Amino acid sequence: MQDDRRQVNYVNTLSQTDWDIIAAIIPEGAQVLDLGCGDCALLGELVARKHVRGRGVDIDGSRLAGGMALGLPVYQGDLDEGLADFADKAYDYVILNQTLQVVKNPQIVIREMMRIGRFGIVGFPNFGYWALRAGIFFGGRAPKSPALPFEWYNTPNIRVLTIRDFRAFCREENLRIVAEYDLIMNKWRRHLPARLCANLLAHIGLFVVTRNGDRVV
Amino acid sequence: MFIERHSVGQVKPRRFVFGSQEDPLVLDSGRALGPVELVYETYGTPNQDHTNAILICHALSGDAHAAGIHDPHDKRVGWWDNMIGPGKAFDTERYWVISANVIGGCKGSTGPNSTNPATGKPYGSDFPLITIGDMVAAQKRLVDHLGIERLFCVVGGSMGGFQALEWSLRYPENVHSVICIAAGAQLSTQGIAFNAVGRHAITTDPDWQDGHYYDTAGPVRGLASARMVAHITYLSEISLNNKFGRRLQSADRLSYDIHHEFAVESYLNHQGTRFTERFDANSYIYITKAMDYFDIARTYGPLKEAFAEATARFLVVSYSSDWLFPTAQSKEIVRALIATDRDVSFVDIDSPHGHDAFLIDIDQLTRVTSAFLDGSQRSQPIARRSSAG
Repeated sequence: MQDDRRQVNYVNTLSQTDWDIIAAIIPEGAQVLDLGCGDCALLGELVARKHVRGRGVDIDGSRLAGGMALGLPVYQGDLDEGLADFADKAYDYVILNQTLQVVKNPQIVIREMMRIGRFGIVGFPNFGYWALRAGIFFGGRAPKSPALPFEWYNTPNIRVLTIRDFRAFCREENLRIVAEYDLIMNKWRRHLPARLCANLLAHIGLFVVTRNGDRVV
Repeated sequence: MFIERHSVGQVKPRRFVFGSQEDPLVLDSGRALGPVELVYETYGTPNQDHTNAILICHALSGDAHAAGIHDPHDKRVGWWDNMIGPGKAFDTERYWVISANVIGGCKGSTGPNSTNPATGKPYGSDFPLITIGDMVAAQKRLVDHLGIERLFCVVGGSMGGFQALEWSLRYPENVHSVICIAAGAQLSTQGIAFNAVGRHAITTDPDWQDGHYYDTAGPVRGLASARMVAHITYLSEISLNNKFGRRLQSADRLSYDIHHEFAVESYLNHQGTRFTERFDANSYIYITKAMDYFDIARTYGPLKEAFAEATARFLVVSYSSDWLFPTAQSKEIVRALIATDRDVSFVDIDSPHGHDAFLIDIDQLTRVTSAFLDGSQRSQPIARRSSAG
């Protein structure tokens, strides 16, 4: 969906990327739908590593050609218009990685992903990161960081949210957080006490969520 | 004509005759047709086990001549020359591309203007009504004749898309992949309505003579009117406006003349007249009827059940400004295929050119079709051609 390669490059310098985390979360042979899949590079990885049965959705048909060349089924569509062509609970996992912050209607997108999938994986840049706060507080300038390298006028990231915002959103939407991974310094942390200060220290939050009442297998 | 580097060059149409009295083509209507002649062209060469074959299905007014030229002096190339050739979407250096004229047509394959063996005269309106399924059944005979067990891909736009879908349902074992462009799982009410106007124009032309007109010029005025209406449905409001606006044909001011005043009028008139030089009115009636009849749900049951029988991988392509086969109709196919967990990709190409975009806006179409064909080789690899070069 977004074309922020700079951000991807930053994450790729880590010893463990968000893709590694996602690949570790998803079980062997799962049914996976990747929203905002771009050229399906992540999905291709998941097929190679975890033999998932996957489909990619993106607004950009040219980039989807990359997925087609890998032999992956893809669907061109605008997430903001919902995903009416996909049935309820059709997928084990629906991924929304580094896409939440670029959609116009995050609530609709997340409701749709939780309708279609049993689990959702949502990764996004944390605007509560201390350096961004400091940038606004001391510099008086719109937030920038290695994970958010854009200027206010050219950023694709139109939704500014923090890790705490997302936790609160999950409560309001009756979603249970199955796991939370926070990228602090250059390490992914998923346990206390790191989670307590993640909103201040993490560049990126990556959540596994499910509807309350659904059984976790 | 100068032959460009990426052209298939000069090609020769071939003929295939089948359907003897003992083994006629039994049509969906129950009537038998035979002998049946098919005119077809091939581009590229087959690999050893004939697994690299792509069948191109043409639209209403198309024909077998999809690429290259017939004669060195030809000014016109085949109708999809921009898609078929060395290095193009349907790369003739890798694939063996086959294109056949449909039955019921007027470009050599058996149709209403062919000789009726029972009378020794042209069939005219004694020709049996045919369906998209019948067209595909005839193509299947050709494909068998060419020694192809499983087509690597069947592709078509508009009525060609109908044929491609029909292939996936009628002969699921014989198709590895399907590309359906600017089509739908049925012809819409609006589509039938436009076809009805076209047929009305032909059959009310006194020169139609109940379809037995072959010793005269035939209903050329009716056919021209039919084409004029149909041509509008192939364009879009925006493309018509961009091309002609309210421009006057020859004067700077209104002449208050009942004849063509506006540029768009003389354009349509020209299109209508030119069409009568290359198309037979009866074929127009029979082929539009076949399109009207096309309805997967009626033939094979509700789409989700129908497509559950298909084993091919699909690429469904729509064009944003196509109002004859709007994007929603392509999505109906995609939804059914997703619901039955088929391998389907869907792309909606942004274009101002309406239904005809699949003949014009081919950059994005080339990108997605060649990627899809590459991806299709993962599940069915194609052996390289045995002879080098």
